[in-house]
Amino acid sequence: FFLLDLIPLSSVLEVIVITRKEIQKMLNLDTKMKLDFVCISDNMDMGTADSLRHIHQKIKTDVLVLSCDLITDVDLYKVVDLFRTHDATLSMLMKKTHEPTEVVPGQKGKKKPVEQRDFIGVDDTGKRLLFMANEADLDEELVIKRSILQKHPRMHIRTGLMDAHLYCLKKYVVDFLVENGSITSLRSELIPHLVRKQFSSPTSLEQGLDNKDDDQKKKEQASLDIYSFIKEDNSLLKPASDNSCWNDHRGDMNESLHEGKVRCYVHIMKEGLCYRVNTLGLYIEANRQVPKLLLHLGLEEPLVHGSAQITDRGMVGSDSIIGSSTQVGEKTSIKHSIIGSMCTIKDKVKITNCIIMNSVTIEEGCCLQGSVVCHNAVIEKGADIKDCLIGSDQRLETKGK
Amino acid sequence: MAERAAPGGAGPETAVPVPAGPQEPELSREEKLQLRKEKKQQKKKKRSEKGPAAEPPEPGTPSDPGQPRAAHPTSLPALADGPSDGEKPAGGKSKAELRAERRAKQEAERAQKQAKKAELSQAATAAKPRLTPTESQSVVKRLPEHVQVDDPAAQRKLAKKLERQQVPLRQDYGTKVNLFSHLHQYSRKKPLTQQMSIPSTVIHPAVVRLGLQYSQGIINGSNARCIALLEVFKQLIRDYSTPPNEELSRDLVAKLKPHISFLNQCRPLSASMGNAIKFLKKEISCLPDTLREEEAKEKLQDTIDKYLREKILLAAEAISRSAFEKINDNDVILVYGCSSLVNRTLCDAHVKKGRAFRVIVVDSRPRLEGRETLRRLVRKGIHCTYVMINAISYVLPEVSKVLLGAHALLANGSVMSRVGTSQIALVSKAYNVPVLVCCETYKFCERVQTDSFVSNELDDPDDLIVLRKGQAQLGGWAENKSLRLLNLVYDVTPPDLVDLVITDLGMIPCTSVPVVLRVKSVDQ
Repeated sequence: FFLLDLIPLSSVLEVIVITRKEIQKMLNLDTKMKLDFVCISDNMDMGTADSLRHIHQKIKTDVLVLSCDLITDVDLYKVVDLFRTHDATLSMLMKKTHEPTEVVPGQKGKKKPVEQRDFIGVDDTGKRLLFMANEADLDEELVIKRSILQKHPRMHIRTGLMDAHLYCLKKYVVDFLVENGSITSLRSELIPHLVRKQFSSPTSLEQGLDNKDDDQKKKEQASLDIYSFIKEDNSLLKPASDNSCWNDHRGDMNESLHEGKVRCYVHIMKEGLCYRVNTLGLYIEANRQVPKLLLHLGLEEPLVHGSAQITDRGMVGSDSIIGSSTQVGEKTSIKHSIIGSMCTIKDKVKITNCIIMNSVTIEEGCCLQGSVVCHNAVIEKGADIKDCLIGSDQRLETKGK
Repeated sequence: MAERAAPGGAGPETAVPVPAGPQEPELSREEKLQLRKEKKQQKKKKRSEKGPAAEPPEPGTPSDPGQPRAAHPTSLPALADGPSDGEKPAGGKSKAELRAERRAKQEAERAQKQAKKAELSQAATAAKPRLTPTESQSVVKRLPEHVQVDDPAAQRKLAKKLERQQVPLRQDYGTKVNLFSHLHQYSRKKPLTQQMSIPSTVIHPAVVRLGLQYSQGIINGSNARCIALLEVFKQLIRDYSTPPNEELSRDLVAKLKPHISFLNQCRPLSASMGNAIKFLKKEISCLPDTLREEEAKEKLQDTIDKYLREKILLAAEAISRSAFEKINDNDVILVYGCSSLVNRTLCDAHVKKGRAFRVIVVDSRPRLEGRETLRRLVRKGIHCTYVMINAISYVLPEVSKVLLGAHALLANGSVMSRVGTSQIALVSKAYNVPVLVCCETYKFCERVQTDSFVSNELDDPDDLIVLRKGQAQLGGWAENKSLRLLNLVYDVTPPDLVDLVITDLGMIPCTSVPVVLRVKSVDQ
């Protein structure tokens, strides 16, 4: 929902939302954009690329793909401008991350965030994406093709970047996806494929021409190469770029952009807000950042909702958010927490650093620290909860720990 | 349509109503006669009654032949019934006379309003200032709006016009040097697309892309910009469909205007682009009405192709051939910056004709375009030397001729080109080295300029900041109130410093440029 709020800020006008049926019912947003919902049933387990294939008839031009668990306030025009200016095949968004500092409830021990690192190589200007590899795919060494280094002698490799899953793709990439049924996920397969293709030449086409025996087979192979999907109408602008005196690199004799047809660009955000809430830790982190950033986002709702009945305002910390219709009893202290709507919190409860979802009942005398309590849970009197995950509709006994 | 009246009226025409050229759709003679009759009637009434006849018809008449096109004959009776001046002349007139009188007054009022609007829209069209207007109009020469940035009234007018066309207004950046405060200064880091929706609905996406490429400097050089512009216009025409009840010839011109304003906001239009746009608008408005939409679009695309081929590509070929005669064996040629024409000439001379010569490439900050020239020439195997502009007096003793490219050639023979060209011409004159300028005729422009201040372009001042060992000395220039950075793009070389201009019409001296212009305008 954050995302659909963000989009009007950058004035995107037509959105196709792919989601499950139940969620569609919950969304009844009143926005100026044209929202087009496409439902996929629950049984099909679709990857991101499959979803794109599902709606490819609706896509007639270059497309911007976003994942719904992205919360960000980036200026979309920056990503799209990269796409437009350099006539790129792909343009994406990344953000510098920092290590999460707080302990994530429900997980025993600290997991070292080493296994899921991504190695991203960018060129000197910081805009062109040269290299992308996930640590899980590599054995022991990082292999970089020589052709990359020949064309871009200076490459900066970074590991602290988080991919925001915001991609701007050209139409022929979608066509390529449709033809090539083996790619299931955008992020882990298509994007690295495109990044690698920047520096490889369309050799399969040439081989197909020479060898007449294997003509059929080669033709099939060639048709799966993305180069064959790139339409040649860009040749109109060739005389313009011949006469123009711009070059993206210097020091060698090659033409601008090395005459590469597939080009991938990335916009790296340095500041601003960008979270992908696809893991629990990130979700909690994002929730905790929300009070600080509500002002930043320009939403002017008061932190404590108008219809909440709080008997003792002094005990509610200034960076807590309390939803609508929540009842909070006396002598309850709430610090750094987010409490959803329709909750009932009785007296003498201490809540610190928690995320409490909607319709939760917390009886007297409880002490909650660093926990996540999901919908409709009931926590009986005197419970003492620390760093726990409490699922929906759970009932905790009195004096539990 | 008002712009068509301008070149017709810009010559030494008097107040006699002249037909506005052969391109008028058969505007009824009866209409004109009727109007003249009505005016005569009105004059008679004025003299007889000494009533406050609202508008003197004289200034109305020269613009009048331009106006009746706009006056649809069907709307006349409707207006006659509409609210009129409110004056009722003394009784004793028949109804028909009254009506005729009212109609005449309406016509005259409308004519004056059209004249005012025509002046406004002429001032607001992209890029080109006109020649001095006719004697019947005011004596003050009107400045084009792009050199009136320090005049708040002109800026307000511009803002209103852009709002009407739904094109965002680009904000100026940084304090400007006082002498150039009448020009725009934009920052490359704040592109125009910041204020536009994704995807943009008002401006065609190809035009948005072109505008971005202009403002980021990806398409540079007047030939490249013009070629890209024409290609994008071809695409616009392809994607255009006439709405019902509109004529293609009028509607398409109106549709092109916001796009042209947008491109102007991204980067001020060059002289070559301005001429191309004028040509295109003329072509569109003189399309015969009998053509179907498909045929009309085909025809337009063909004319654009023809213009591109003849005026740009073939002209380059012709210039390359004529310039080749001037290149002798064992010549040392000095070139400056990156001009597509000069590069082509030199490459052709070396590769196709096999002349042996050396080239000295002179370069200057902050654009450092000479590096691109160097790369292209060395790639073809030409022996090159590379110096910065502060070294020209060191290399000039061994130079046999100087070959320069031009952005535009002005009507008094001055050459408008990249900043630094006039320096090179000046020093070459001091060393008695001949200076040759290569320029196609489509870049000839009717403006007259004797200095580089009046009409120029200010580039992003942050380009002047240089990082040395991680430190940028000028980095905090904005905070220092007495420090201004100036990044000029063009300068004007006076005609006595240029020895020869090589065009596709042949080799002409600088002073013959007005002749070429006159010949061109007669042709059209």
